[in-house]
Formats: sequence, structure tokens, C-alpha cells
Amino acid sequence: MTVIFYLSSVIALLAAAIAISRRNAFHALLYVVVSLLAVAVTFFSIGAAFAGALEIIVYAGAIIVLFIFVVMMLNLGPQAAGRADGLLTPSMWFGPALLALTLLVELSVILIRATGTGTSDTAVGPREVALSLFGPYAIGVELASFLLLAGLVGAARLGSGARSTGGDR
Amino acid sequence: MSALLGPLIPVVVVLGLMLTMAAFLIWYERRLLALWQDRYGPNRVGPFGLLQIVADMIKIFFKEDWIPPFADRFVFVLAPMAIMIAVLMSFVVLPLSPDIVVVDSNIGLLFILAMSSMTVYASVLGGWASNNKYALLGGLRSAAQMVSYEVFMGISLMGVIVLTGSFRLIDIVEAQSGLWNCVPQFFGLLIFAVAGVAESKRIPFDMPEAEAELVAGYHTEYSGMKFGMFFVGEYLGVTLISALTVILYFGGWKGPWLPPIVWFFIKTFAVIAVFILLRASLPRPRFDQLMDYGWKVLLPFALLNVLVTGAVVLL
Repeated sequence: MTVIFYLSSVIALLAAAIAISRRNAFHALLYVVVSLLAVAVTFFSIGAAFAGALEIIVYAGAIIVLFIFVVMMLNLGPQAAGRADGLLTPSMWFGPALLALTLLVELSVILIRATGTGTSDTAVGPREVALSLFGPYAIGVELASFLLLAGLVGAARLGSGARSTGGDR
Repeated sequence: MSALLGPLIPVVVVLGLMLTMAAFLIWYERRLLALWQDRYGPNRVGPFGLLQIVADMIKIFFKEDWIPPFADRFVFVLAPMAIMIAVLMSFVVLPLSPDIVVVDSNIGLLFILAMSSMTVYASVLGGWASNNKYALLGGLRSAAQMVSYEVFMGISLMGVIVLTGSFRLIDIVEAQSGLWNCVPQFFGLLIFAVAGVAESKRIPFDMPEAEAELVAGYHTEYSGMKFGMFFVGEYLGVTLISALTVILYFGGWKGPWLPPIVWFFIKTFAVIAVFILLRASLPRPRFDQLMDYGWKVLLPFALLNVLVTGAVVLL
């Protein structure tokens, strides 16, 4: 199981790195899908099968499909591949890179200090996940549902607004 | 040696049975359609035309496998593989009888939902990589349709899970020893069936490949065995949805006298016959009607079903 964990972690990292370096948005999204699937496999390998299945259903199966939907809808074609070339000047990526580096250092410190929290073979079933989600973490679930409701209301407003003011209907 | 081969036996059995069944469905569907339309259907090759599929397979293997020069080669080849792999992966957790199951997972149902949400990539990738306007429209339609109907499918299953208290498919079948889920979960079954037809892109919900509007939709540019893989993948999807309906709502392999596996196949073929009857009798709606119907009718009913089931179980 440990071998699978590290193997899929490496695949996830590699796929993510390839995804951000692709010029073709569609190919980049395919690598994002690979990365998400690999993350799901890491979840499976440490016994969090429920989280792994949800990762595939929600991220790989729904959210990325919507991204792909938009890319297909815009249908940019091959000439759009080079459009972002001039944008990536050193002054553009210096700030984000610095922030990301800080995060990486923090993460490494936490990982080094943490003891005894490696991979385990104890499987966490759906029941345990549900009990902790609607027990100690209920406030987080409620906050997330507020956020989703706000998104839903916004989408409904945008959709109905386009219908009442749109000229081409 | 036997320790090594032991786990492989169910894999081979399930894989062989499902692939044979998907191929056999082509004959089954054509004969049934012919019966309902007062024709004979394929009846020349072999007894009752049973070998028609073999003839079709030989033909399709020797057809020219053409990749259009304007297509995105890598994605174009990847797309038909995606549907086969995703659908076949779903069968991994599907119990055909108490003994014939590859992996008896405690999140079996979620795993099937996860894998069936991956099948959307086949039509989307195929539609995009073909670089053809009809294929692109088909891919767009299938992305919207499948992401939407997955939602209703997932929610409609929640009723069964609330009643059973488990995602494990064997537990779900065992819980139906007294009364099949199709009685207490009748509305859940209806929503699941509609969403299942839409998920497997069958008539009347085959807008992604509507031949009257889009030539052949997302697989317009495909030929030879790549088209064959889309075709078999669709039938595998029908088999999967029918088998799942049987397991979740019609007591799986349970039944008197006959062995469990026989009951499972009798029930599955009966559900598939309903799928085919839908194809024979219903016209295709418009695409916006399909989306309206899903979000404005199925979603509220599915949520209501969960609410009522939960309330009944709690009280």
C-alpha cells in the first residue's frame, strides 16, 4: 500500500506540473483529470476510500467536465495556444512564486515535525466520515452550504437576468 | 499457484460474461425491436440469427480505421478507450451473485457512481478531438446532459442507501429479503430509471448523437473498431444500469428454485427489454426540454424522495 501511495503521489505531482506547462487548454485539463484521479488513488491507498470516491465524483466527474465544457464552448482553436506567451514576464510570476515558496517551506516544516502520522491501513468507512462531518465539523458543513447557496442564488439571478434583457432571444 | 490464480477467476468470469452480454445485446435489441415493429430482424446467420454479432464483429475488425488529418490524434485515440475502461471498472464491484464478485467493497455504490461519471469523458474527448462541428455539438450536449443527470441519479439512490444503511451492494441485496426496494422506493426507481437512460445516452435521451440533427454526434468521425468500442461501450453502459437497477430495486439474485446467477440474468434481461421498449416507443425531445425536465422536475422529486424516506426511517 505504501508503494501505491508514493507512486500515485508522484503521478499526481507530475501530472499537475505538466498541466500548468501545456499551451493547449484542453490537454492541460486532461492532465488535471489525471492528477485528480491519482490523488483519489492516494486516498484509497491510505484507507480513506469514501473521500477517494467523492474526489472522483465531484472533482474529476463534475467540476473538470464543466471546465472542459467551457473550453469546448469557446472553441479557441490552434491559434489561441500562443496567446498567453507575452503575459508570463518575470515581474508577473515573482510575487506568486514567492508566496508559493513560503507555503512549501511551511508545509515541509509541518511534515518534518509531525510524528507517527504516516500511512495507515485502517479503513475509514462512510459512517465514520458522516459522524464527524455532522458532529464536530457541523459548522464547516453549514458554512460550505451557505457558500453554495450564495452561488446558486447568483447563478439563478444571472440566468434570469440574461433572459429578460437579452436581445437575441 | 492457486493463491495467485484464485482472485483472477471472478475477474475473468465477470469480464467474459459482461463483454459477451454486451455483444449479445445488439442481437437482442434488434430482434425485440423487430418483434414490436412487426418485422423479423436478423434471422439469417446461425440459429435465430444469433451469429449476426460474430459477422458484424469480423466486418468491423477489417474496416479501415481512419483518423482524420485535422483531428487531435492523441485525444482521438484516447476517447474510445476511456468509455471501455470506465464502464468495465464499474463492474469490478458489481455482485452477480453472492459468490461472483471481484471486489466486495464497502463503498461499492459510490465507486460505480464515480466510474460512471468518468464515462462522460469518452464522448466529450471524442467530440472535441474530432475537430468537426457536429461532433463538437454532440460532445457539448453530452457533457451538459451527463453531468446534470448524474446529480439526479445520485440523489435518487440515497433513498435505497437510507433504507439499507450501507453502500455495500451485497448488503443492499440482502436487505431486500422480505420486500424488494421497488415497492417502498417506487419514486426513487422511476427517477433512477430516467436518469439511467440519460446516463447511457439511449433513445429517447440520445441527443449527443441525434442522427436527425447531428449526423452521428460525438462519434461522427470515428470508424472501424474505434466506433465499435463506442458502440460496445454504450451497450455495456445499458447492461450496467440494468444490473444496478436489479441489484438496488428488484432484489438482485433473489428468487425461488433457480440458482442465484440465473435469477440475476433473467431480471437483468427483463430490465434491458424495458430499455429497448422505451427506444421503440418514445420520440426524442428537444435538448432544452431535456435539461428543463431534469432540473425542474426530477431534481425536486428526487430531493422530496430523500426527505420522505429519511422521515419514515427516523419515525
